Amino acid sequence: MTIDASALQAVLLTIVTASTPLLLAALGELVTERAGVLNLGVEGMMVMGAVAGFAVALTTGNPYLGVVAAALAGAALAAPFGFLTLNLVANQVATGLALTLLGLGLSGLIGEAFVGQPGVRLAKLHIPGLSDLPFVGPLLFGQDLLVYLSIALAVAVWRFLFASRAGLVLRAVGDNHASAHALGYSVVRVRWAAVLFGGALAGLGGGYLSLAYTPQWIENMTAGRGWIALALVVFSSWRPGRLVIGAYLFGAVTILGFFVQGLGVGVPAQLLSALPYLVTVVALVAISRRRGRGDAAPACLGKSFVPDR
Amino acid sequence: MRIELEKRAERSKTLAWASPVIAVLATMVTGGLIFAALGKPPLAALWVFFVEPFASLWSLEELVVKATPLILIGVGLSVAYRANVWNIGAEGQLTAGALLGSTVPILFNAWNTPATLLAMLVLGAIGGMLWALIPAVLKIKAGANEILVSLMLVYVAQLLLDWLVRGPWRDPHGYNFPKSVAFENWQTMPTIGEGRLNLGIFIAVLIAVVLAVVMRRTIKGYEVRVMGEAPRAGRFAGFSADRMVLFSFLLSGGLAGLAGVIEVASTVGQLQPNISPGYGFTAIIVAFLGRLDPVGVVIAALMLAASYLGGEAAQIALGISDKAARVFQGVLLFWVLACDTLILYRPRLVRGPTAEAAR
Amino acid sequence: MQNWSALTRRDAMKAALLGSVALAAGNTGAARAADKLKAAWVYVGPVGDFGYSYQHDQGRIAVEKALGDKVATTFVENVPEGPDAERAIERLARDGNQIIFTTSFGFMDPTLKVAKKFPKVKFCHATGYKRADNVSTYSARFYEGRYVIGQIAGKMTKSNVVGYIVSFPIPEVVSGINAFMLGAQSVNPNVKVKIVWVNSWYDPGKEADAAKVLIGQGADIMVQHTDSTAPLQVAQEKGILGFGQSSDMAKFAPKAQITAITDDWDGYYVDQVKEMLAGTWKSTDTWDGMAKGMVVLPPIVNVPDDVKAMAEKTIAGIKDGSIKPFGGKITKQDGSVVENLDDGAILSMNWYVKGIDDKLPG
Repeated sequence: MTIDASALQAVLLTIVTASTPLLLAALGELVTERAGVLNLGVEGMMVMGAVAGFAVALTTGNPYLGVVAAALAGAALAAPFGFLTLNLVANQVATGLALTLLGLGLSGLIGEAFVGQPGVRLAKLHIPGLSDLPFVGPLLFGQDLLVYLSIALAVAVWRFLFASRAGLVLRAVGDNHASAHALGYSVVRVRWAAVLFGGALAGLGGGYLSLAYTPQWIENMTAGRGWIALALVVFSSWRPGRLVIGAYLFGAVTILGFFVQGLGVGVPAQLLSALPYLVTVVALVAISRRRGRGDAAPACLGKSFVPDR
Repeated sequence: MRIELEKRAERSKTLAWASPVIAVLATMVTGGLIFAALGKPPLAALWVFFVEPFASLWSLEELVVKATPLILIGVGLSVAYRANVWNIGAEGQLTAGALLGSTVPILFNAWNTPATLLAMLVLGAIGGMLWALIPAVLKIKAGANEILVSLMLVYVAQLLLDWLVRGPWRDPHGYNFPKSVAFENWQTMPTIGEGRLNLGIFIAVLIAVVLAVVMRRTIKGYEVRVMGEAPRAGRFAGFSADRMVLFSFLLSGGLAGLAGVIEVASTVGQLQPNISPGYGFTAIIVAFLGRLDPVGVVIAALMLAASYLGGEAAQIALGISDKAARVFQGVLLFWVLACDTLILYRPRLVRGPTAEAAR
Repeated sequence: MQNWSALTRRDAMKAALLGSVALAAGNTGAARAADKLKAAWVYVGPVGDFGYSYQHDQGRIAVEKALGDKVATTFVENVPEGPDAERAIERLARDGNQIIFTTSFGFMDPTLKVAKKFPKVKFCHATGYKRADNVSTYSARFYEGRYVIGQIAGKMTKSNVVGYIVSFPIPEVVSGINAFMLGAQSVNPNVKVKIVWVNSWYDPGKEADAAKVLIGQGADIMVQHTDSTAPLQVAQEKGILGFGQSSDMAKFAPKAQITAITDDWDGYYVDQVKEMLAGTWKSTDTWDGMAKGMVVLPPIVNVPDDVKAMAEKTIAGIKDGSIKPFGGKITKQDGSVVENLDDGAILSMNWYVKGIDDKLPG
C-alpha cells in the first residue's frame, strides 16, 4: 500500500478545515470558562452564527460581512445567557442547555428562507509564489482567513491569559470571585465580557461551517460540533496550546477514519466513527495521570456570584 | 439603571410556589408575542401548548409515558449533581442499559415469563451502571474529568448500538433492516388500559419517592449534601470523595440504564438505531428545573414532557413549525430559571454606578 | 422546489428581517372546513433539509396544488424514529385525518400499531414491508437511477476510481451501490469504487471531509447516497464530476453535477388522495421507478454527447423494461452467482457484487 503525496496533502488539508470550527468555538468557551462561567449553549450559538453568516453573506454578496455577522449573532445569543446567569444568577448548566434549544429553534426559523440556496464561499488566500509551492504551499499559504484567524486567536488568548494584567484579572475572577471582588474588580462585568467573547467565537465557528467548510445552510448543520468543542475545553485543561492540539487531534482522527475506509480495509464504519471519541478519552486519561498543579478547572467554574454587602 | 440582587434572609416559601406561576404567565405573554409575530393566533396557540396536553385522557397518558424516562434519569442526576459529580453522559448509560437489558429477548427469545421482564430490568440497570463505571473509575484512578469522559461515551454507546442492530442483532426476518426482533408479552412492560401507559411510571415515581426520603431523612442523603457543598468538611466527617463519585455514578447510571430498558420494552418495543430522542440530555434540564430535588424533578419532568406534547400539537393544529415550538420551549425555560432567582433574592432596580464600582 | 427557487434574494432578506419566513407555506390550520379530506404527513427530518423530507413535503404541496380546496393537509416534521413516532401518528389520527403518510422506514411498527387502533383511517408507509387492510406501502426504485449513473461514471472516469459516500448500510443503499457497480462494469470492466460510510443522512461537514479524502485517494467521480450538497460542492471546487442525491443540486455545483437521482412523490400522493376522494382507496404495495416518474434524473449535462446518448438510451430501456439492472447473471463478492433477482431479493439486499472492495457490517 503506497500513499502518495497528493493523498497525504488532501488528508492534511481536510484535517485543517475539520478542526478550525472546533478550535474557534472551543477557544471562546475556554475564555468564558476561565472567567468561571460554564456556558453549555455552544451548539446553539454556533448554529446561530452559521445561519446569520450565511444569510448576510448571501444577501450582501460579501463573505467577510458574513463572518462579522456570524460573530455578532453568536454574541447576541450569548447575551440572554449572560443576563440570566450573571445578573439574575440563574443556574448556568440549565440556562446553557436552554440556550441550545433556543439557538437551534431560532436558526431554523430564520433559515427557512435560505434552504436550498447556494452560498458565498470565503476565498482562500493566494500569495503568488508561496501558495504555489509544492506540497506545503496550499497547506501553509493557501487557507482561508478564518484558519489563520483561529491560530492567531489561540496565540492571542494564550498571551492574554498568561501575560497580561487583564488576563490575570479574568483568571482571578474565575478562580476566586470573592477575592477578585474584594480587590475591587467587577466580577459581573468581567464575566459579561467573557460570555460575549465566547458567544462571538462560537458564532465564528458556526460561520466557518456555512461560509468556508460547506457554503450552504441546512437546519442543525453544526451536527453536534458545539458539544465536541465543550469537551475539547475540558480536554485542554483550560490551556490554549493544548486546545489547538486537541482540536487538531480530534479532526485528524475523524479524517483518518474516512481515509482508512477509502482504502477498503473493511473495519466496521461505526468503530472508525467512534475512534475520535475514544482517542480523546484515552488522551485525556494520559494527560490527567501526570498533570501538575494549575491544570485543574477554574475553581469557581459554574458558580454564581452575588456581591454581598 | 441596573438590577441588583439582595439575598433574602431565608428562601421565600411563597415565591417557591409563585415563581413557576409567574414564569408561566411571562412565557404566555412572550409566547403570545412570538406567535402573533409569526402570524398565528396567539390565544389558540397558547391553548394548544398549555391546555391540550392535559385535556384528554389519551394525552394525559402520553404525557406520563413521555415523562417516565425523564423522571428516572432526572432523579438520579439530581442526586449526582447535589454531590458535585458531573455525569453528563446519561444518554450513553441509557443506551447501554437498553443494550444489556435487550440481550434477554434477543439472545434467549423463547424465554417469556414474568421473570424475563425482571431479568431485563435488572440487566438494564446493571448495563447503565457498567457504562457509568468507566467515567467514575477514570475519575478516581486517573483524575480524568468526568464531564468529558461521560459525554464521549454517549457517542460510543450509540455507535455500538448502531453496529449491533445493523449486524449481529438484526432481526433475521426483517429484510435486513436495522432492527432487532420485536419484543412480545413478558419481554415488554405490562400496559394499563388501551394506550401506552405502562408500569414504568410507577417504578419511576416509586424511585423518586424513595430518593426523596433518602436525601432528606438518611445519613446517606446528608453525606451527599455535605460532599457537594463542603467536601473538606465532609472529609473531616469521614466521608470519602472517591466513594461519593462511585455512588453518584452508579446511581445515576443505573437509573438511566433502567429508563433505557423500560423504553425499549414499552414505547419502542424492540432494539433499533434510535431508541431515545435525547432523554439523557433533556433530563439534565429536568434535574436543574426541579432544583435538584427528587419531588421537584417529577414536576419538572411533567412540565417538560407537556411542552414537547404541546409543540407537537401546535404543529398539527395550527401549523406552527417545529422550530417555533423549540424557541417557545427555550423561552419557557429561560423564564422559569429567571423567576427562580426570586426565591433566594430580592431584585431591585438601582440607578447610578454599581455597588462594586463604588468601592 | 419551485417554491424555494422562486424566492429572490431580496425576498429572502425581507423574510429574514421579519423573522416570519416562509412559514405560511406550512400553514394549513386556517383551512379546515368539515367537508375537506384531511391528509397528513409525518417527516423524520426537517422540511428544510433540502433532501429526503424536503422532497416528501414537495409532494404534499403538489397535493394541495392539484386538489385545491378539496383537501386540507398537515405535517409534523423532525419526528425521531423512536418512542415519539407512535404518539405523533396517533395524534394525527385522533385529529381526524383520513389518510396519513408516514415517510420513513423507522415509522413502520408505530404506523401498524396506530392503524390497528384506527381501522377507518388509511395509512401509507414509505420504504417498509409490513401492510394491513388500511396500510399501504410505497417506495421508489432508486437503484434504477444508480444503474444509469454507474454507466455514466464508468465512461467518464479517467482514473478508474469512483468515490462513493454513503449513509447507513440499509438494503436501499446497498442495492444502490450494487446497481451503480453493475452499470459501471457494463461499460468499463476496470472501474473501482471506494466507499466511505459517514453514519449520517446529512452532516455537510463530514460529507465534505469524506469527499476530499476520496479525491485525494484518486477518485475523479463523486457519488453520494447522503442528502447534503457538500460532496458535490467539493467536487466542483476540485474540478471533478459528480451526481446529486434526493433533489437536483445543479444550483450548488453547476459545473460538477452531471445529473442527480431525485425522488418525486408528487404523482403517488396525488393519486392516493384522489382515490380517497373517490372512495376507491385500497391497500397496495407500490414500488415504482423511472417508468412511472417516481425516480427522476434531471437533464444530463457536463458530459460528451455520446455519453449522454448512451445514458438516455439506458433510461429508455429501463423505462420500457428491456434493461433490468438486476436481471441476468450477477456474481457476488464471494464468487457465488445469482440470477434475475426478484423484488424480495432486491428489497433485502445485504451483499455486494464482485468488484467492490468494501465489507458490509454484520
